[in-house]
Amino acid sequence: MTATTTAGPLSSAAHAEHVARLTPVLTAHDVSIEYEVDPPVRAVQGVSLTLHRGEILGLAGESGCGKSTLAYGLNRLLKDPAVLRSGEVTFHDADGTDTDVVALDGDALRAFRWDKVSMVFQGAMNSLNPVLSVRAQLEDVLTTHRPGLSRTERGERCAELLEMVGVDPVRLDSFAHELSGGMRQRVMIAMAMALEPQVMIMDEPTTALDVVVQRDILREIMRLRERFDFAVVFITHDLPLLLEIADRIAVMRAGEIVELDTAEQLYAAAQHEYTQTLLSSFPSLLGDFSYDDGEGAGR
Amino acid sequence: MSTLEVRNLVKEFKVRDGLRRSTLRAVNDVSFTLSAGRTVAVVGESGSGKSTVARMIAQLETPTSGEILLDDAAIGRRGRALADYRHQVQMVFQDPFASLNPYHSVEHHLARPLKLHGVARGKDVLPAVYGLLERVNLTPAPVFAEKRPHEMSGGQRQRIAIARALAPGARFLVADEPVSMLDVSIRLGVLNLLARLQREENLGVLYITHDLATARHFSDEIVVMYRGDVVEQGPSDEVILDPQHDYTKTLLAAAPEPSRHGRLRDEVRAELAAG
Repeated sequence: MTATTTAGPLSSAAHAEHVARLTPVLTAHDVSIEYEVDPPVRAVQGVSLTLHRGEILGLAGESGCGKSTLAYGLNRLLKDPAVLRSGEVTFHDADGTDTDVVALDGDALRAFRWDKVSMVFQGAMNSLNPVLSVRAQLEDVLTTHRPGLSRTERGERCAELLEMVGVDPVRLDSFAHELSGGMRQRVMIAMAMALEPQVMIMDEPTTALDVVVQRDILREIMRLRERFDFAVVFITHDLPLLLEIADRIAVMRAGEIVELDTAEQLYAAAQHEYTQTLLSSFPSLLGDFSYDDGEGAGR
Repeated sequence: MSTLEVRNLVKEFKVRDGLRRSTLRAVNDVSFTLSAGRTVAVVGESGSGKSTVARMIAQLETPTSGEILLDDAAIGRRGRALADYRHQVQMVFQDPFASLNPYHSVEHHLARPLKLHGVARGKDVLPAVYGLLERVNLTPAPVFAEKRPHEMSGGQRQRIAIARALAPGARFLVADEPVSMLDVSIRLGVLNLLARLQREENLGVLYITHDLATARHFSDEIVVMYRGDVVEQGPSDEVILDPQHDYTKTLLAAAPEPSRHGRLRDEVRAELAAG
């Protein structure tokens, strides 16, 4: 089966109407990514996706479905043996120019990444460098991408960034191990926001955190989104969480997006069988529930 | 009816921070009773002490003070008495990718406890292994008995871990976050299995989790822990639908709820609009 013969994701009419009002910021067309191992693994198969300005697009799926691989592909962060086999990724800048992300190379690619599209990595609990202070890591972004800034300006910007994500700027001189999990995650978000990107890709940003801390972080992301109007690709296996924060949700399985719809539609009238399975995997906290240890057992 | 009871359980850990030494009270005065055929859930965030409670009950940690009673008798801590206790109380660990030995087959994993606990010997062992596999819905049993851990999904591995815990003839299972490492679509299957065992085989299950929704639906009673203390405990529906303690309320408000889609977005917008 080749990717181009698939029917594409299921969507509702309400979704089409919703999308028609929005402006694209990042478009992926027919993206296929393969891991060149033996035998080759087609992790992403002919995925087309449009991210719009200021929206939160949820990417839901279970482990191994290709959601992280797709995110890395959008940001040109794929490492051997992963290879972008085919497809186009276009970034539509706020100033009107379009960038062919796949064709970027060398300095142009370095300048593009983090400045236009930044990322909050999976396991952000461990993504900070343990031997550098928070200040050193935040300043690193600025010295690379904003060489014109003076030392004082950099310092001020770093303090401002931490304040933005609700961390006391005295923490600039702290090291990762001196911060709680929630604070580390906030620092990671501050770092991703340093250059005011138009797109932020967040790969399971709250998975390792306790629910109460998780909720605080999500609230912070939503607040910042309202303020700076960046678009977010939010990757997680936690569908209930996505339903609460995302504007639209793409459900991925085995390298393909099987359903793409607004959060409201997806919850109320999921069309794909797999989406329905995922939704029913989370019993409602306040609603009813019945046991079933019949078929489906043994998986 | 057989019961497993913990009374005023306390656990302190000695911590060293540079030259300073201090004690950390991980569990502070926890009491509850688990009866056969019932499930008690212990919920809380990381660091709340819930896993320490589980480990003390499984005799992997020694309580600093307090008692564990099986059928109203204080449990033995060594030798024969401890072995007796272990026949009856077994643990299922969080990560089935780590708790099974990659070198050994399923048969080995299940035959060992059967032999060690004297449940079966000689030519009775293999049928007993098949019997265990059937009880956890891994059929055809002879096929699964031959497999090694890497040939199975996370859900199947966790079923093996449950079968292994049942092997000594356990009447009580202590399940520490048994599904949190599994893919979401197979979690309910494993919980349903535990629920069936609890019902049909009159098993007592202690379900340690941070997930309030499954805690409510799969247990009769919920114990809410916060920083070592029990802040609230009672029948599941009462704790979830009518929480009394502020911490329980905070936890409940933070739990994602599919039916409240768009809630967080709308809340934040309303807050910002209000200034």
